[in-house]
Amino acid sequence: MPLLLRTVFKTRGEAIAFGALLLLILVIFPIFLPVFRLNLVGKYLTFGFVAVGLVLLWGRCGILSLGQGVFFGLGGYCMAMFLKLEASDPVTTSIQSTPGIPDFMDWNQLTALPTFWEPFKSLPFTIFAVFFVPAAVAFIIGWALFKRRVGGVYFAIITQAIALILSLGIDGNQGYTGGRNGITDLRTLNGWDIRSENAQCILYFVSCSLLFIVVLGSKYIINTRLGRVLVAIRDREDRVRFSGYNVAMIRTFVFAFAAMLSGLGGALFVLQVGFMSPSIIGIIPSIEMVIFTAVGGRLSVIGAILGCLIVNWGKTTFSEAYPDLWLYLMGGTFIAVVMFFPNGLVGLLDKIPTQKGRYSQLIARLRKPPGSPSPDEDEALPADGTNNPSIRSNEHQ
Amino acid sequence: MGEYTNEELQSILIMQGFSGLSLFSVLLLMGLGLALIFGQMGVINMAHGEFMALGAYTVYYCSTLTEKFAPAFGPYYFVAAIALAFVISALLGALVEWLMIRHLYRRPLDTLLATWGLSLILQQSYRSLFGAREVTPTLPEWLMGSFAIKEGLDIPINGVFVLGLSIIVTAFLILFLFRSGFGLRLRATVQNRRMSGAVGINTGKVDRLAFALGCGIAGIAGAAFTTIGSTGPDSGSRYIVDAFLVVVSGGTASLLGCLASAFGIAQAQSILEFFLDGTKGKVATLLVIVLALMIRPQGLFPSKVRGH
Amino acid sequence: MKINKLSQFIKLACLAAATATAQAKPPTAEVNTTGLAVTDDTVTVGQLHSATGTMAISETGSIQAEQLAIDQINAAGGVLGRQIKVIKEDGASDWPTFAEKAKKLLVSDKVGTVFGCWTSASRKAVLPIFEKEKGMLYYPTFYEGLEQSKNVIYTGQEATQQIIAGLDWIAKEKDAKTFYLIGSDYIWPRTSAKIARKHIENVLKGKVVGEEFYALGHTQFGSLINKIKLRKPDVIYAIVVGGSNVSFYKQLKAAGITSDKQTLLTISVTEDEVLGIGGENLVGFYSSMKYFQSLDNPNNAAFVKAFKDKYGADSVIGDVTQAAYLGPWLWKAAVEKANSFDIEKIAAASPDIELSTAPEGYVKIHPNHHLWSKTRIGQWGANGQAKVLYESELIEPDPFPKGYQ
Repeated sequence: MPLLLRTVFKTRGEAIAFGALLLLILVIFPIFLPVFRLNLVGKYLTFGFVAVGLVLLWGRCGILSLGQGVFFGLGGYCMAMFLKLEASDPVTTSIQSTPGIPDFMDWNQLTALPTFWEPFKSLPFTIFAVFFVPAAVAFIIGWALFKRRVGGVYFAIITQAIALILSLGIDGNQGYTGGRNGITDLRTLNGWDIRSENAQCILYFVSCSLLFIVVLGSKYIINTRLGRVLVAIRDREDRVRFSGYNVAMIRTFVFAFAAMLSGLGGALFVLQVGFMSPSIIGIIPSIEMVIFTAVGGRLSVIGAILGCLIVNWGKTTFSEAYPDLWLYLMGGTFIAVVMFFPNGLVGLLDKIPTQKGRYSQLIARLRKPPGSPSPDEDEALPADGTNNPSIRSNEHQ
Repeated sequence: MGEYTNEELQSILIMQGFSGLSLFSVLLLMGLGLALIFGQMGVINMAHGEFMALGAYTVYYCSTLTEKFAPAFGPYYFVAAIALAFVISALLGALVEWLMIRHLYRRPLDTLLATWGLSLILQQSYRSLFGAREVTPTLPEWLMGSFAIKEGLDIPINGVFVLGLSIIVTAFLILFLFRSGFGLRLRATVQNRRMSGAVGINTGKVDRLAFALGCGIAGIAGAAFTTIGSTGPDSGSRYIVDAFLVVVSGGTASLLGCLASAFGIAQAQSILEFFLDGTKGKVATLLVIVLALMIRPQGLFPSKVRGH
Repeated sequence: MKINKLSQFIKLACLAAATATAQAKPPTAEVNTTGLAVTDDTVTVGQLHSATGTMAISETGSIQAEQLAIDQINAAGGVLGRQIKVIKEDGASDWPTFAEKAKKLLVSDKVGTVFGCWTSASRKAVLPIFEKEKGMLYYPTFYEGLEQSKNVIYTGQEATQQIIAGLDWIAKEKDAKTFYLIGSDYIWPRTSAKIARKHIENVLKGKVVGEEFYALGHTQFGSLINKIKLRKPDVIYAIVVGGSNVSFYKQLKAAGITSDKQTLLTISVTEDEVLGIGGENLVGFYSSMKYFQSLDNPNNAAFVKAFKDKYGADSVIGDVTQAAYLGPWLWKAAVEKANSFDIEKIAAASPDIELSTAPEGYVKIHPNHHLWSKTRIGQWGANGQAKVLYESELIEPDPFPKGYQ
């Protein structure tokens, strides 16, 4: 067990931070929050899955995707399709002209279930699809782009265009997708009422547990060889390529992995919120997910999750009192984070000791047994984290 | 289309050609400022749409003031308003560059995010200052009609106006870049920033001017678009994704690329929309662009500049 | 000494208040058996609209109208002797936020009722919550129908009410045979176009020569206008909404399609939209609505005056704004009829409630929770106001129309 812990956490501080998060989410929130608020926290945490993916993709590998909402949405839609089919049994939909199909299909004169909906009658297939569909789509997009060494701003804009295409596509095919209204009025999962308070508590703990598994897994990846290669790609792509690594394949893999995490988050979002709509996929939510990550700390998995909690909590509480001010605050925070704390709030914590000069050295010496490897990347923004020349180098080919 | 006469088809062909051209001028006008900023410093300005909205609001205020104090000036205020829109947007641009952008030149992805934060703030300030509702500037009557060349063949005047304006702006920009001292310094900075600094060019000032110029052009675009679109807190953001795609498909530093991609996208969209219906046409256009970018990621005219 | 006097005074005041209460209003325990936020003196209600984000353009009017109605009710003594307190929540044009805030209002604040929502998507997002948490929503927008809930009162028109009378009028008045349907791409325009097409083809024996939908926020209509010119329809039937509206009408006018050459009937332009489009770009086109600001009746004159006194002489009132204004009044009537704030009892009491003080004239709640209302045709003038040319009979709401699905 200690060995495993050591492969996952580099420093004791990290382990403590992780433990604190665990305590906060699994003990303090459930005890002190009413179920309604707990359900909201559960919703925020589903964005945590996206944020963890973004830490790997953006913080570690230097690829900014402005289309993570796409994968969140794909996972969410897979789950929503299953739940909608279950909610549309012939008895409850008996007033429709074609009973047994989802209500929005009936409104659009569909008289039979479209073929691509059929497999979603099965729960195992749906769970498989929640993981597989986003990963496969990301793999195709990623492979096509990374093979041609598209990166930086280009990649960001193209993923943004894809987010727009998908949301327009869903809007435009409302007989098959529910259109702009989305897929609403979801009730049960295999006969289990997901809207009851009991179910919401259980779903909260399920998604927390999954999130912690994801966090541990990602921390593990970060600390393995692959994690180091990712950072190397971010900082000096050409040298990694010259060393014989297949950079495109590694990037594609990370992109697909991040997409899979987002898809899982989307599925859990649907279970807890009870509907899915294209407004959660488009450009703005995709950028907001990047914001959560940046505010918390793009290099730190735990920081990113904290970012999700803090920004969303702020949005909920401040927007109740001052809806206008909230947007200024949000924009301002974002600018400030990008300009002054590129490592986010977690980076801010790390800064405190260094400003105290001698103390910091003392603390560092205390923390680090002699002969241990250099401090984890979490501790500091690499000299040119995002100022690396990869964007420029793409222009030159 | 057997049921239509030859003459009708001819008119449609001409009008359709023109609507492609006018879409081209719209895309060009909104892409130019962005392309200049992107080409110069690799900054993608997500608040570009808000600078456009600022231009639109300038026109609105000029129109209101004209109606109140100098109604006789009504038919002509529009030209002055466009100039003013340029100045105001450029000033705000210079301010933003000084406060924010200049600290981020070495982190292009971060400028993208920071300018998005800025766009949030600007949008909300428009909402607080000018109200959440859309407004209409009273446009001069001579701008709003059409040239009826013959029965069934009308060429919209505002389309011609935007087309003319975008040609003028492009011409000025080219002259400015290639025939002026500032243009020379700007191009030198883009090609080799350190060396330019070494030979005595104030690269910081060049950057600020370039950014201000790009924002000013956005202001002109926003002002011009009051003739064809809405004026509201978020009307600029409607154009922003299209503008990005124009710039990205054009290749970075090249104005020629921006021209070519605006033309290509406009023709594709206008033809696809004619034969497919609305949303499908738009989705098809976007797909074509994304596929083209996958095949040719550097854009149509990649920059031949090496290193910094 | 002083303290004594003060406490005496307070005692007296309380006594007076208590006697007044006892005469005027029933005890709280009697009118509130389900634990809603009702005290002896106040009742708390929720208001859930987008004050920020893209939908703020449209929803501002509804927020204002509901507030006006609540102020007027309070000034007249409140509901069952209780003053109305409002908790405002911002949906921020984002549907999950709407769901979150709806739940907050119902679960945490226990509000007596909610006035809110504008788009169908936001209503669809909150509807399951209202049904599960047993809340009541007064929804002001004209919408596509195909829905009926005992937890919602729909104060706007459903699609058939708005569409059929208008089409009948234009077909008769203009002898129109061919129609071109244009809409924004989401459920309301698509459903409305479907109903319009069925009516045109089956009842009016006309022909639909084109039907197209553009993404919300689309700004370039050049190709579409060329197609219209090619097909030469007798009537353009427009269901374009939001910012696209402005581009659509400006470009129509620039392409020479004006009311002297072309008839255009729309069901998506109210006085609110005209603010953004500009009256001069709409002159002579027709809108089919249940309410226009220019309606000439004493109720409306009083309403317009009160609205302008509160929100400025420049403010305008559109169809949805008026429908939003009805919400608090209908709720008051239902509470008083049921003599209770309980949601169940309000829902049961609502059918057949009449409101003869409505600015639109007279409305009555149907057992299906929609309103009986008249449909009117207005022709737009350059000043942004419509001239009402036609007024239908009172039309029965029919959210699930047979033969139109």
